[in-house]
Amino acid sequence: MSAVSGYPIWAIIAALAVGTFLIRYSFIGLIGNRPLPPWLLRHLRYTPVAVLPALVAPMLAWPAATGGETDPARLIAAGLTVLVGWRTKSLLWAVLAGLISFYASMSLLP
Amino acid sequence: MASTTAKSTYGRGFRDSLPFTLVVTPFGVIFGVIGTEAGLNLLEVMTFTVLVIAGAAQITALQLMDDNAPTLVVIATALAVNARMAMYSASIAPHISAANGWAKAAVSYLLMDQVYAASLLRYEENPGWSLRQKLLYLFGTATPVAFMWYMGTLLGALAGQAIPEDWSLDVAVPLAFLALVAPGLRTRAHLIAAFVALVVSLVLAWMPYSAGVVIAGLCGMAAGAELERRREATV
Repeated sequence: MSAVSGYPIWAIIAALAVGTFLIRYSFIGLIGNRPLPPWLLRHLRYTPVAVLPALVAPMLAWPAATGGETDPARLIAAGLTVLVGWRTKSLLWAVLAGLISFYASMSLLP
Repeated sequence: MASTTAKSTYGRGFRDSLPFTLVVTPFGVIFGVIGTEAGLNLLEVMTFTVLVIAGAAQITALQLMDDNAPTLVVIATALAVNARMAMYSASIAPHISAANGWAKAAVSYLLMDQVYAASLLRYEENPGWSLRQKLLYLFGTATPVAFMWYMGTLLGALAGQAIPEDWSLDVAVPLAFLALVAPGLRTRAHLIAAFVALVVSLVLAWMPYSAGVVIAGLCGMAAGAELERRREATV
């Protein structure tokens, strides 16, 4: 049994392809140069910093790979990724710090 | 003469975005690996990557299918991850408003995070650029990034089955997402938005169909926006 069996995978790909294109095309092709209402811009500014943490929080707290048991190595790696990414403003250094600390603590922790 | 300048604008975009491939390629590999592990075949993985060309949203969709979320939640949450691109679209639009329909469609397809960030920066530095130069620069930045995104995915999909489970590659998904977010935590409003979303998501993790993730995201956005509005009101 694979994770995607039972899903209409081609319909999902099509919906995401069309939806993503329309989001990117929205102002360039459809709405033109009319400015967005300020309240909407304000909310859009915070979508990535809100949606992505909301998504990863349960993954980190109760990882599927450990059967839902909280794993210190994953939490340490997550903390370091955020810290390094925040300090260096570099996505690359953040990922590297996270991965290195994850594999280091995996091999050191019992 | 003009065409020489235009050609060099393409080359400049290309060179400017080369460092981004260091990030995009591993991200593509991750999508290829976890897509294959989730049960997608090579054609499905590659179609996904080529048509959607938005890593965070693609990985989100896979993650939610793994959690058995309903199809509509999979689509809605993945598109919510891409909502930021409406902002990109709004800020690129005035620069290319005179372009023809095909060019606009091509720009929209290629409007990845890195392409947007690099292009807008140079447009603001070079207000004298012609439409042609602006378009060529953008296509220049998009070429290596999009190409390595496809190649990374292909590599990950082909290597996917060969990677042993005890390598715990699943950890790359939350780490990649956190690495995308962390450099963007510029103000207190950004920090609060992330923190509220994180806490609400943990509190609502019991909710079926990953509904908690969507509600937590909206709460975080509202918190960040509200804090920004209040700060502006007091200035």
